[in-house]
Amino acid sequence: MNGLAAQAGARSGTPESRVLSGQPSLVGETLLEARDIGKRFGGVQALKAVSLTIRRGEIYGLIGPNGAGKTTLFNVFTGLYPRDSGEVIFAGQSLRLESPHIVAAAGIARTFQNIRLFGNMTARENVMVGRHVRTRCGVFGAILRTAGQRAEERAIRGRADDLLRYVGIADRADSLARHLSYGDQRRLEIARALASEPQLLALDEPAAGMNATETAALRTLIEGLRADGLTILLIEHDVKLVLGLCDRVAVLDYGEKIAEDVPEVVRADPRVIEAYLGTGTH
Amino acid sequence: METLLQQIINGLTTGSVYAVVALGYTMVYGVIQLINFAHGEVVMIGAMVAFGVITGLAGSGLPASMIVAAGVLAAVPACMAIGYSLERVAYRPLRHAPRLAPLITAIGMSIILQHVALLIWGRNPLAFPQIIANPTVSIGLAEISAVQIAIILLSFLMMGGLSWFVYRTRFGIAMRATAENVQVAGLMGINADRVIAATFVIGAALGAVAGVMFGTYYGIAHYTMGFTLGLKAFSAAVLGGIGNLPGAMVGGLLLGLVEALGTGYIGDLTNLCQWPVVDAWLGERCADGAHFILFGSNYQDVFAFVMLILVLVFRPSGLLGERVSERA
Repeated sequence: MNGLAAQAGARSGTPESRVLSGQPSLVGETLLEARDIGKRFGGVQALKAVSLTIRRGEIYGLIGPNGAGKTTLFNVFTGLYPRDSGEVIFAGQSLRLESPHIVAAAGIARTFQNIRLFGNMTARENVMVGRHVRTRCGVFGAILRTAGQRAEERAIRGRADDLLRYVGIADRADSLARHLSYGDQRRLEIARALASEPQLLALDEPAAGMNATETAALRTLIEGLRADGLTILLIEHDVKLVLGLCDRVAVLDYGEKIAEDVPEVVRADPRVIEAYLGTGTH
Repeated sequence: METLLQQIINGLTTGSVYAVVALGYTMVYGVIQLINFAHGEVVMIGAMVAFGVITGLAGSGLPASMIVAAGVLAAVPACMAIGYSLERVAYRPLRHAPRLAPLITAIGMSIILQHVALLIWGRNPLAFPQIIANPTVSIGLAEISAVQIAIILLSFLMMGGLSWFVYRTRFGIAMRATAENVQVAGLMGINADRVIAATFVIGAALGAVAGVMFGTYYGIAHYTMGFTLGLKAFSAAVLGGIGNLPGAMVGGLLLGLVEALGTGYIGDLTNLCQWPVVDAWLGERCADGAHFILFGSNYQDVFAFVMLILVLVFRPSGLLGERVSERA
């Protein structure tokens, strides 16, 4: 794994052969700024005026107890849920959040807590679908097959294979996604998300259900992604993984952000400890 | 033997038409889990439009093949427009409604289209003008006509073309992705509205050609023809496993064959005079080699629906259908 990521990292020097499209030159600038995001489900206020800032090139962790609103916030960012209030500035522009394919086109890609691959399509086809947002292709183009169309299709296929190699499952390219092992499905989901050339990759509990070895390999993969200039938003239950991997961490509790800082500070924050462990009996 | 071969040929002909119509049902079901009951009417309108054009051009002296081609070329865009409008007007506003709502709407659209056709073309059947010389070729003991050959070839060509489109092109991948999970497909940048509209339009285009073929085969087109044809094609789609493209093709062909063979043999099989016991009981009614046939070939339509019932009872997911749990 390490070798693959390193190899991809080495290749990122030449623009033509880069597997990822992160922009290392802009590292440190603000990529995503959420302002006062609110979301209510019936009587439950799932998010209360959450604001946060994600900088380019960092791994930004989002943690919190169960039901704190982590996945809800994720779904708002990716256009799956309409938000009730607030706004999201992404790469300097106000992000229209009304439809998932618009968000995908803006440059946010995600994976799911419960893997959602297209099970009846091959691994390669899954990645090719992920590429859809960056290509022009209509019914008529697909039928008429102009030279340009064919060349584009070849390029997409080639890039899909590159990405499968990058995440380390090139040998499973022709297997149906539902026949892959759990860990490989997670990798495939990441490859599919990368296919859309995201500026921000949002990973929803990628280590869920993984054993220690798989988690370590995943960690290497995520670090490789950062090394290649990608910005990552990580939701994770595995606090050790988050605190070890992330540059900055935000903590949600009951729909409110109670802390946002580097892991060392967050770990020591009394409000965070209280949220996780309760107040005790004074 | 003669009957067998001949009925297999006839069955393949109607079966390939059923298969092409069934594709329209199954594609739409695959993508949005809606049974588009108006699809049979789209097929009917395809036949009507084509017949109108063909009748209009019949006296023009153009070669027959060109006249028929002109009819098809008029029918296809007309049906594509109807398919698109159906989705836009009747189904898209109900995309997130309970599933019963678009189903009722589909039945409503079916009735509306039938009556629009009634207003335009009248209550009398349109006859296919005698412009095609339809020579028959003997193969062994049976005969196959030029029209039958054309229908079978064209159907297989369309089925092959659709399979290529769905399984080999990027738009096809997008369609399959949308069918599997609309939300996730959206996150991949697939515009679900476009894919769904395209599904309706493609299904309608196939239906238009099927309508022309069916009308040409039987020589007439009528504003009610879409109902039975649609129900049979729907049965074929269920038989093969609704939502499954190869299933619709297999189901259509199988249904056509069962129907043709059933119709070919039901008279002989239910001729009560062939069994000695019944023969003796019926006495003079069977005298001199007379027949007492319980069910004649007018029971043709029964076979499709008997098969539909059997499939629903014994294999509800169809011959090639996925287990339902996978979708849930």
